[in-house]
Amino acid sequence: MNAISLKLFQGIGRYGVLLALVALILFGWLRYENFLGAFNVLSVLRYNSMFALVALGMCFVIITGGIDLSVGSTAALGSVVAALLSPYGVMPGLLGGLAAGLAVGACNAFIITRLNILPFITTLATMLAASGCALLLANNQSVSVSYETGFVELGQGDFLGFPIPAWIALITYLLGSLIINFTSFGRTVLAIGGNEDAARLMGLPAQRVKALVYLASGGLAGLAGVILAAQFGAGQPIEGVGWELFAIAAVVVGGTLLTGGVGSVASTLAGVLLLGLIFNILNFENGLGWISLSAYWQSVIRGAFLLLVVAIQARLSMHTEEAA
Amino acid sequence: MAPLLSMHGIDKRFAGIPVLRSAELVVERGEIHALIGQNGAGKSTMIKILTGYYRKDAGEILFDGRPVEFSSPQEAQRAGISTIYQEINLVPYRSVTENICLGREKRRFGLLDWSAMHAEAQALLARFKIDIDVRRPLMAYPTAVQQMVAIARAIGFEAKLVIMDEPTSSLDEREVEVLFGVIRQLKEAGVSVIFVSHKLDELYAVCDRVTIMRDGRTIQVAPMAQLSRLDLVTSMLGRELSQVLHERLDTSNAAGEARETVLKVQNLAVGRKVHDVSFEVRPGEIVGLAGLLGAGRTESVRVVFGADKPDGGTIGFNGRDNAISTPSDAIRAGMGFCTEDRKHEGIIPDMSVRENLTLALMPQLARRGIVDEARSREIVDSFIKRLGIRCAGPEQRIRELSGGNQQKVLLARWLCMNPRLLILDEPTRGIDVGAKAEILSLIHELAGQGLGVLMISSELEEVVEAASRIFVLRDGRTAAELKGDAVTEQSVMAAMAHGDQSAREAVHG
Amino acid sequence: MADTAATLPPAHRSPRFDVRRVLTRHGAWIALALLILVNFAITPNFATWQTLNVNLTQVCAIVIVGVGMTLVIATGGIDLSVGALMAIAGALAPLIFLGKLFPLPHPAVGIALAFVVPVLVAAALGWFNGWLVTRIRIQPIIATLVLFIAGRGIAQVFTNGNLQVFNLPSFQFIGLGRIFGIPFQAILMITIVVAAAWMLRRTVFGRQILAIGGNERAARLSGIPVASVKQRVYLISGLLSGIAGLIVIARNSAADANLVGLGMELDAIAAVAVGGTLLTGGRATVIGTLVGALIIQLVRYTLLANGVPDAAALVAKAAIIVLAVWLQRQSHR
Repeated sequence: MNAISLKLFQGIGRYGVLLALVALILFGWLRYENFLGAFNVLSVLRYNSMFALVALGMCFVIITGGIDLSVGSTAALGSVVAALLSPYGVMPGLLGGLAAGLAVGACNAFIITRLNILPFITTLATMLAASGCALLLANNQSVSVSYETGFVELGQGDFLGFPIPAWIALITYLLGSLIINFTSFGRTVLAIGGNEDAARLMGLPAQRVKALVYLASGGLAGLAGVILAAQFGAGQPIEGVGWELFAIAAVVVGGTLLTGGVGSVASTLAGVLLLGLIFNILNFENGLGWISLSAYWQSVIRGAFLLLVVAIQARLSMHTEEAA
Repeated sequence: MAPLLSMHGIDKRFAGIPVLRSAELVVERGEIHALIGQNGAGKSTMIKILTGYYRKDAGEILFDGRPVEFSSPQEAQRAGISTIYQEINLVPYRSVTENICLGREKRRFGLLDWSAMHAEAQALLARFKIDIDVRRPLMAYPTAVQQMVAIARAIGFEAKLVIMDEPTSSLDEREVEVLFGVIRQLKEAGVSVIFVSHKLDELYAVCDRVTIMRDGRTIQVAPMAQLSRLDLVTSMLGRELSQVLHERLDTSNAAGEARETVLKVQNLAVGRKVHDVSFEVRPGEIVGLAGLLGAGRTESVRVVFGADKPDGGTIGFNGRDNAISTPSDAIRAGMGFCTEDRKHEGIIPDMSVRENLTLALMPQLARRGIVDEARSREIVDSFIKRLGIRCAGPEQRIRELSGGNQQKVLLARWLCMNPRLLILDEPTRGIDVGAKAEILSLIHELAGQGLGVLMISSELEEVVEAASRIFVLRDGRTAAELKGDAVTEQSVMAAMAHGDQSAREAVHG
Repeated sequence: MADTAATLPPAHRSPRFDVRRVLTRHGAWIALALLILVNFAITPNFATWQTLNVNLTQVCAIVIVGVGMTLVIATGGIDLSVGALMAIAGALAPLIFLGKLFPLPHPAVGIALAFVVPVLVAAALGWFNGWLVTRIRIQPIIATLVLFIAGRGIAQVFTNGNLQVFNLPSFQFIGLGRIFGIPFQAILMITIVVAAAWMLRRTVFGRQILAIGGNERAARLSGIPVASVKQRVYLISGLLSGIAGLIVIARNSAADANLVGLGMELDAIAAVAVGGTLLTGGRATVIGTLVGALIIQLVRYTLLANGVPDAAALVAKAAIIVLAVWLQRQSHR
């Protein structure tokens, strides 16, 4: 890919997703009453903050050129652990869910960097394992959260009129953006994805950084699980199916190159919101009664969106390969 | 004072095949030291052992007076050895600043201090008379600038020793001058430089001493100024010039002239490496393509075979012009191509000898899509016998064979197709002496049966011995065509070093 | 001399019995045999027809999809869309034989079409995957992710997410029928496995698949039509997914677009990996995939039959996958 098309591509990624987001919001605002009402906006943010967390971890993983399929069941495991620990207070629940996620992440990191097994197959296996652990801990049913310790506030509460999960997502995204832009760790993540051999020859600690990235992805998924449990009042061992693919789609729609090396934290957030809004708008559309598009259309539309973005990516890189 | 770097008795084997045999390299302080040798002579391995990329099997390395054995490029860098690799080993999507500063970032309050880093990158590049926006991604700039960035990165590490592996391959003359200016600055500052290049002019322009390697050994170490160009090329390619002119069968040559060409390439241009290359091959003739590394030999023949697309020129095969655009076209038209990169483009490592051998023949071996195993076995057995392929049997996996036997299987892959033209790119690379001789005599035998052979080899001795006609490429152009008595190592070397004129002089003078 | 020594395979150099080599080469078979032996010893009523039938029918769909997956992986690709394609085929068939899509002149026509059309649609979608991979040059994992996401949605849109219940023995023969007491689906599975294994070994197409996965650049330079071979492989994967989708709905007497084939891509990939097919392509064994699926199923059965919860079996499955791939890597050094 040459410079011009990279710029074009990043432009489409960075601004395209923002433009699409703005267009979608405008469309909704003009078409539906209450679309930009506080209730709708806040509930969209509240609900999608879980996906945002998972997508952030996925964004880092994909930038290194890897993939993490285990995030969905890791979130499920996190939600179960958090729910089980919620009677002991907010912190135990929060930290427990986080620790569960970190544990899965550590497994991934170890298997990928030490045993040298492909990220794809590694995280596929840990996905099964995490799901199994979640079901075991939860005894095959959802685990109710204690409403006495204030744990549910993590998912249902507001702070300064803004949902707490959205705060958490916002803060992690700010941190993520800071890390990728202003720490050598972040720059190494980008360098590994751009050219792992070169990064190694440049003397960068590639293996360690990769391990940390999978650890972080696990941790964020665990955190998403905590919010899941708090938001729905229960640890859900069978939730999280397909989350990983939703996250991948959001990251890709946000313009992160799947081959690694190029990516943006902010655009990933935009990607999450974009995919989330599609669902929201379908709901409104049905509510309006003009057409009755079932909720099932959302995955069709999401798939089409993903196709559009990757086709543009591929076209651009193909074009420049030929020019080179 | 003791030399900055001395490597003694370095041995290295890959899969049992020795690539370094007690090689030596000594670099003084503040010296610009040329390291030269053909492909496979062991230069890169030597450098990679020094920088901790590979581990040596035996030998001793003293750096700055202390014995060292680096376990990673990172460690070598910390000790003061910076390396600029032949292919630009940077991260294209990232900014120029990052590419220069990654690994020794400037921080303020624990976070990256971008403005300080941009300033440093700008200052470093200013030494190269380059003024660019360091915030933009590296790939936004031409290759030459990227190369300069790579060099700036290496120098920015305040190294005691800078290794440059063909740093000028993508620079134009003016940029090379700037680079040389910087190298001289480094020298004045007491930094040593190891300079690897195949361009003789450059070596003479900038280097103080030279180490010449061949077949994994250090052949000669001399002050640059005391070594003539011809001596240098001779020493590198390994043949005394006094050696007898090659004996040639004039008959086959004359016959070759009379026949139609099977392949005729005119004014071929491909990308940045091939500008104007012409050559031709007649049936029954072995034609050599000679030239130093980067002269455009491989690039040219890949286009002939349809593996890459040409940017200009005509390729006539069997009397039809430009009819080949994919390898399958070429194969159907009667061409075979043994690639130089046996491992990545030739063998299918997990398949058996039989499957590898019949890979191209498969469609012809099949009836309604089902492979005729009996015939396949027959053919494979006959080729194993004919070429003397040493293997446990046709079902042995090809990865378990030695390089020479793998190469024979690949040759057989094409021979069983009864081709009209066989292109051999470095057919004897990485092969032991016995197998080499066998392969060469086989090539002769095949040409005797009317097959046209186009052969690329960096082993001059080999080309001169085998070919009745040689086209010498130099910087992407056909520099000389030598035939008959004019095919001598001396004339080829001269053409490689200076061009056509001197080749003639070498013959007639 | 050096040449001769390097020529001989390692096995000849060390004539002693190399345990590790045997383990990595035939590990899957050994594991399966051990599992069966252990079960004879500890699991009550293991040696019965019923046990065999239960285990066979459990793996049929996985193996049939796994065969397609094996071929795709053999070329160095992956197909995540198999589960979604099963859902589409599974949703289409009842729509056809229940006459909801178009009026049927005769019920038999409906049943015939219900077999043919869904499988062809799934095959066409598989072809679409291949088209994305070869012509648009999207990485296989992402190209097939598109249909993974959209495909199930399409099936749900067809059926409005409703469960379609039916009772139609002539159609359900594919899932419930028996020939000489052997479940028809098992016969179908064995037929497909044998045909694919034979194809991979004996035909030009099979060789081309392995050559592409083994070294795509070398394959291209040897004149193999890489794009068209890959495209056909994805088509086959789609087609087999369609068949598996029909089996599943026939077995359940119901088609639920939300559930048919859910997670199938993972089960199939796991079976392929455990069976000994190289995940990076170039070495594939269809029989191995059958063995792999049987191992995973038997481990689960063993654990369940001995009172271990199903969830723990998932963890065991994960461990088996990692172990299998790790062993494979060891042998490949």
